[in-house]
Amino acid sequence: MDNTEKLREVFAEALQIDQGKVVDSLEYNSIPEWDSVAHMALVAAIDDAFDIMLDTDDVIDMSSFGEAKKILTRYDVEF
Amino acid sequence: MTLDELFGIGPYSLPHDEKQALLVEHLNRLTAHHADRCAPYGRILDAYGYRGRSWSAIEDIPYLPISLFKEFALKSIPDNAVIKTLTSSGTTGQKVSRIFLDKETSRRQTKALAAIMQDFIGGKRLPMLILDTRNVIKDRTLFSARGAGILGLSNFGRDHLYVLDEEMRLRTEALKQFLVDHPDEPILMFGFTFMVWKHVYQELRAQDIDVDLSRGILIHSGGWKKLTDEAVDNARFKKALRDTCGIQRVHNFYGMVEQIGSIYMESDSGCFQTPVFSDVIIRDPLDWSVLPIGREGVIELVSILPHSYPGHALLTEDLGRVVGEDDSPDGRKGKYFEVLGRIPKAEIRGCSDTYAEEAVSSAV
Repeated sequence: MDNTEKLREVFAEALQIDQGKVVDSLEYNSIPEWDSVAHMALVAAIDDAFDIMLDTDDVIDMSSFGEAKKILTRYDVEF
Repeated sequence: MTLDELFGIGPYSLPHDEKQALLVEHLNRLTAHHADRCAPYGRILDAYGYRGRSWSAIEDIPYLPISLFKEFALKSIPDNAVIKTLTSSGTTGQKVSRIFLDKETSRRQTKALAAIMQDFIGGKRLPMLILDTRNVIKDRTLFSARGAGILGLSNFGRDHLYVLDEEMRLRTEALKQFLVDHPDEPILMFGFTFMVWKHVYQELRAQDIDVDLSRGILIHSGGWKKLTDEAVDNARFKKALRDTCGIQRVHNFYGMVEQIGSIYMESDSGCFQTPVFSDVIIRDPLDWSVLPIGREGVIELVSILPHSYPGHALLTEDLGRVVGEDDSPDGRKGKYFEVLGRIPKAEIRGCSDTYAEEAVSSAV
């Protein structure tokens, strides 16, 4: 499984939505499932899945699925 | 300087002249923005002949009494742009403020809060203890001030543990395990002042629980009224926490749901420090003129964050005084001030006080 798939699974599970909904343009606060409460769960799930520790700025800037991939490349996760 | 540029320069980096020039430019723009988009606000400006005008000092910008947000649904965005509604913590029977947020305002608040917090705790997320119960974030679309505060601060932590259970009892074993799991790093702790005192500090004492929180950085807020009644002030609060569980770093902050994001953290001045996004003005309650440094009066707060509602200049129901400007011992620029309580006759309202009053009324 490549990292895009892995991240998509993490998103789907943390936000409790279908994997089909997890596309690059999926934005924070654009669906009820991805609100500030879910964001905390999502960040924790990403930390765990990729064994990293996102910085505060990245937690705040992670405003879409596409942006999440961009941010993760800075933590040496390749897409 | 745009707001986004401002998020990058350090929240306490601008001395008086630069900060005032920047704020007045943004506040003039916000006044026009809201006059065009919020009809009731526009009518207020019309009534005073203020529409289309601009001002040269932040003290001259028209301000609204904060109570208007209890009486009216004031917003500058269409209904379908509202992503979140915040409410102040009114006690039973009291009216609450309703603050309507769109994506942009919510983003600004998050960025401003991040800039402020990182100036105090750094950019790494810290293991975090939330000195409250998970129950306060149950309704995800309508947050109380308490819930919004907790969620806002949660961005700065990880491995969050709510240390109170649903009945507000201390989760002692979970707390001890958390400290074992995080043996070396600083620990971020956040709670509302009265809850910290009553449900954490007093419980640790009453149950004679020995925990070492000397790595803790406690951030707390929510008003002192209940504690003042018990003769607990900031100094005694800090000393009690230090003596009981070793907490060395404690920062009180002041802020209100009507201007969430631009909070006022306690700096080494011992007072609340204004960041570059906002400022404090003290007014004489007799004629609303501006009072100089050192004089006690009614607190007005201006903030350049509110985009979705006309809350950029608000007269609060709190009394306070500016203690100094640009010369805090830690080098942070900006005015710093203290809060001296409520205006007599103002509705009693404070985040953590609400819980106590609800508890009292349900016990009766």
